[in-house]
Amino acid sequence: MNLLLIAWKNLLQRRLASSLTALSIGLGVMLMVLVLVISGAVETAFTQRSIGYDLIVGPKGSDLQLVLSAVYRIQPPIENLPAMYLDELRNDRRVVTAVPLAFGDVTEDGSFPIVGTTDEYFENEYLPGQKFSFQSGGQRMVQLFDAIIGADVARQNGWNKDDRFSILHGGAEGSKHDEKFTVVAVLAPTGTANDRTVFLNLDGFYAIDGHEKPVEEIEKRLRDFYAADADRLQQALTELDDYRRQLDAQEQTGTPAVAPRAMQEVTAVLIRTRPETPFDAISFSADLQKGFQAMAVNPIRPIQRLMTNVVGNVQKALMVMTGLIILVSGVSIFVSIYNSMSDRRREIAIMRSLGAGRHHVFGIILAESALLCTGGACLGWLTGHALAVIASPWLIRRTGLLISPWNISPWELTLFPALAILGILVGFLPALTAYRTNVADALSQ
Amino acid sequence: MSLLLQHVRKSYRQPEGDLLPVLGIEHFELARGEQAVLLGSSGGGKTTLLNTISGILVPDSGSVIVDGRDLVSMPEVVRDRYRASRIGIVFQTFNLLPAFTALENVLLGMTFSGRTVDQAFARELLERVGLGHRLHHRPSRLSVGEQQRVAVARSLANRPVLLLADEPTANIDPANQDLILRLIRDTCRDHQVSLLMVTHSMEAAEQFDRIERLHEFNHPELCHTGAAR
Ligand SMILES: Nc1ncnc2c1ncn2[C@@H]1O[C@H](COP(=O)(O)OP(=O)(O)OP(=O)(O)O)[C@@H](O)[C@H]1O
Ligand SMILES: [Mg+2]
Repeated sequence: MNLLLIAWKNLLQRRLASSLTALSIGLGVMLMVLVLVISGAVETAFTQRSIGYDLIVGPKGSDLQLVLSAVYRIQPPIENLPAMYLDELRNDRRVVTAVPLAFGDVTEDGSFPIVGTTDEYFENEYLPGQKFSFQSGGQRMVQLFDAIIGADVARQNGWNKDDRFSILHGGAEGSKHDEKFTVVAVLAPTGTANDRTVFLNLDGFYAIDGHEKPVEEIEKRLRDFYAADADRLQQALTELDDYRRQLDAQEQTGTPAVAPRAMQEVTAVLIRTRPETPFDAISFSADLQKGFQAMAVNPIRPIQRLMTNVVGNVQKALMVMTGLIILVSGVSIFVSIYNSMSDRRREIAIMRSLGAGRHHVFGIILAESALLCTGGACLGWLTGHALAVIASPWLIRRTGLLISPWNISPWELTLFPALAILGILVGFLPALTAYRTNVADALSQ
Repeated sequence: MSLLLQHVRKSYRQPEGDLLPVLGIEHFELARGEQAVLLGSSGGGKTTLLNTISGILVPDSGSVIVDGRDLVSMPEVVRDRYRASRIGIVFQTFNLLPAFTALENVLLGMTFSGRTVDQAFARELLERVGLGHRLHHRPSRLSVGEQQRVAVARSLANRPVLLLADEPTANIDPANQDLILRLIRDTCRDHQVSLLMVTHSMEAAEQFDRIERLHEFNHPELCHTGAAR
């Protein structure tokens, strides 16, 4: 029988205490594994190129908020841009594609974000090299109130082609829009926020009753936005004056007024520049920087900043905390073994009388605590990853976070040697007690 | 010769600081295969003597020669291993390790001697003491008498030259006392093992050819003549 086997049998003898202490270590390790798996998933989800566009244009403000709302759809949008500005962007020779997005509402069922856009959005790549495909339905939003929904929306709400649904204004309770929308297509899963999004025809989005702002408010905004561009401002004001006259006529004669371009707004514009001239993207955003009230944001950079500043630190804090939990469990192993030592003086003396050296009994006690620590670690490691496997479908559904449960971070590789060392540290004092046992005294007890 | 004690002195340091002389033995020997019983009053130093012979205690001076080698001059590590290979010990009670089965307890006796573990011999010994059907029982599932028989089997596991038994039958019912005593004596005879046994029972002592009374050859006062360690 070798020392390890003897240590193992001794642990089995104190089954309950052994399994409890190993369990406490295991729980700590399990928490650490979960922190690592989830923060790893968060990190890849946010630092990978998450959109197939080079720039996002939005009103001046927080670049992070713009990206979180336009790409991840997890923040209420900021202000809007005049739709006229979209036409300007389209005319810029450096811009290959400019896709408008308008958002702010959510579905009544499941509170999925609503995005008004054009068919262009579905023709372009959503990730570099990835094009949308459809799991059911036609591919165009032809009618004003047609909608295309993401795969998660379809699954969670049980919606399919031809189903009809309502949306809430600005996500607020009780302000349901009257219009009913019809699903014309369901997107195949993409692993991005598109899976949780409901897309509407941009014209339909404008047509929703209550989406049109008062003419005075629009005028004020346009005056701000085009303060430095007298020509465009003039053109816009002319359109607005014309529209006011139409609205007056509508009240008297009933002839419906048609909202001019100046009345329309978009929340963000997705821009693709020519790939063969990468400098275009830089000069384009530099130009916007100088100009009016818009900005062009690289979709990755604010997120990377957020990752390193906030998420990275949260991860570190959680790691330190789980590390402390493991340390505390280590102390409980110490207490458990140390307490058992007085009961085991005679056992140790008997082993010595059988010819075991001091180093043998020292090694046996040390092996016991190392076994408890590494055994608990293995247990915790396995349950941590198993939990990740079990939780991953739920996590994807709830947060869109795609975790790889068996992805092993380099931190985990240091876990086992670290716990073996913890076991040795924790076992050292009890082992020393065993080493020093006075055999004759212990035998006479 | 299995055992030879020469000029052995052993005294304990009392809690108050002064010395309590316990052993002062000029000469004591045990031939190969010889069986001797050791009688003595309580507190007379019998256990101290056995512990000194097994190397668990080191005398203040003198030599303890077992199977031709002096334990006193050995480094501790060597002495521990030498004990494993040359000396078997049976205590009065609680001889066994509770985490291990009867068979494992016997195998454990072989583990520290540095020789290869001999499963077959361990089983043979347990069968010899009548526990062939209890190999995989833990001590808590064995009667006191059975435990003591396992201890006897284990003490012989390394084919020692010397068996030391400290009141091995004191805690056992009279019927079993005789059985265990016979077991110890017979197996020692069969394996040519010298036996030194402490007992308080005259009935048991009378079966031995050689009866030693500790006070007759032990003179603790000799400790005062030499410097105590
Ligand atoms: N570690 C010790 N420190 C101090 N004195 C001790 C120690 N161990 C034993 N003694 C004393 O030494 C003397 C001899 O003790 P020992 O145990 O050898 O006697 P014994 O003959 O085995 O007695 P018993 O028949 O009761 O078992 C006793 O007076 C005892 O009190
Ligand atoms: Mg005694």
